Amino acid sequence: MEINYIYTKKRSEFGKQCFFADTTHFIYQDIPSNPSLNVNYIPQNPADRGAQCADVQAEHEYESRGMNHTEGGWPKDINLAEVEQTMRYRKKVEKDDMYIHTILQVSHTMEHCILQNNAVEIYEEYFSGPKTSAVESGTSTFVEKSSSRTVNVFRDHSVSHSGRAYPAAHLSWSPNGGSRLAVAQCSLEFQKNGISRVGVPPIVNSYIWEIENPNKPELVLTPPSPLACLEYNPKDPHCLVSGSRNGRVAFWDTRRGSLPVDQSALEVSHRDPASCVNWIASKSGNEFFSASTDGQVKWWDTRRLSEPLETLILDPGVKSATGVVTEQQCLSRALGASSLEYEPTIPTRIVINCNRKGKTPTEKLVSQYQAHIGPVYSLQRNPSFLKNFLTVGDWTARIWSEDIRESAIIWTG
Amino acid sequence: MASEVEETMKRIQSHKGVVGTIVVNAEGIPIKSTLDNTTTVQYAALISQLSDKARSVVRDLDPTNDLTFLRIRSKKHEIMVAPDKEFILIVIQNPTE
Repeated sequence: MEINYIYTKKRSEFGKQCFFADTTHFIYQDIPSNPSLNVNYIPQNPADRGAQCADVQAEHEYESRGMNHTEGGWPKDINLAEVEQTMRYRKKVEKDDMYIHTILQVSHTMEHCILQNNAVEIYEEYFSGPKTSAVESGTSTFVEKSSSRTVNVFRDHSVSHSGRAYPAAHLSWSPNGGSRLAVAQCSLEFQKNGISRVGVPPIVNSYIWEIENPNKPELVLTPPSPLACLEYNPKDPHCLVSGSRNGRVAFWDTRRGSLPVDQSALEVSHRDPASCVNWIASKSGNEFFSASTDGQVKWWDTRRLSEPLETLILDPGVKSATGVVTEQQCLSRALGASSLEYEPTIPTRIVINCNRKGKTPTEKLVSQYQAHIGPVYSLQRNPSFLKNFLTVGDWTARIWSEDIRESAIIWTG
Repeated sequence: MASEVEETMKRIQSHKGVVGTIVVNAEGIPIKSTLDNTTTVQYAALISQLSDKARSVVRDLDPTNDLTFLRIRSKKHEIMVAPDKEFILIVIQNPTE
């Protein structure tokens, strides 16, 4: 909207002197008011328009919107000022059926709330502060002490020959809220229980336990070599895959019994114990990969264990040490199959994160993080924030973010 | 029937902590009140507007829903509003004595 008005005036007319003279008044034009025009207009009552030409001196301004500051609602015929009329109107309303019905209904809820208020004062100060007896009790009153309770103990019963119980190296729950726990028992210490005095290597079994029955395992798996790790197929509650101490991987089916359905051929397997296996969320649901302390990661298909689908040698290229701790994300699409390995050799202070989609070894090893002084014992990705992962090693636990390569973001002392 | 209403209102008023009770009709006229006139008129006007606004909020968020009760807690007391189609019952209670 243009707010300037342009007019032209002849230069000769500027500065003309005013000559004042006295004349009689006469009416040039008389426009009488025409009441009939009122019909076209609706009087605006009340109209609020400020008419003060002075500056606003007020500190605050409050505009009440939509409120007519008189007592309203009264029907037209009742004069507000007359008490009698208003009383009469009120009495009339009180006699109304609708009124009675409504009040009875509404007062029911109201009484409930009133009594509720009287019963419990919900805004009362119940806890006087975050740290009341912090000195005496050592903890704040708000924090509940965490505790745990042993529900069941699943014991390995074959402690017979050497009297030694084999440590449970790995656990896996059966999928779909399963009630079965697969335990891989094996001692990973080098040559600790290699050959017994008789010359026959001891048979170390792994077990599948039913949660409800800790007395006897549901199934005993008898591998030719102790299993270092054992994993249920997340899609199939009967299939398991394992990596054993002699480097082979095996495929088991709980319906078939205690012997593996298939084992990988010795010449294409790992040279060190296959310390970790993990399923890949592939379309056929048959693929998994295994990693080992010999520095290789192999991808397998369960139907054909004679040869791995792919092999990756985890050589960072900087140091000659090959066995490293890995934490792998299958299909790089965050389907959450993480695998981790244990690598005890000294030069490895590096955590390597692999991307399966890469075709060349350089593409596969996406990034390296200087993690711990010493072996990284365990790794896990955060299931909700997939870019963060937690590593444990050298008596500390550290949380990392994938994008930040320099150091961990949080760590314990 | 009318006496029942009287009884109910008396009973509500006699609960512990209740400061006042007001019944307002849909036009904002206070029909019954236990407070003085100025206060009553103020409450009637302000609360009926607020209750309308609250109802429109509830219905805007979900058209199948409706406002059943409104409680306004303030430092000094609590105003409880039970709206209905034709009337509004307002009770002011002071729970901490």
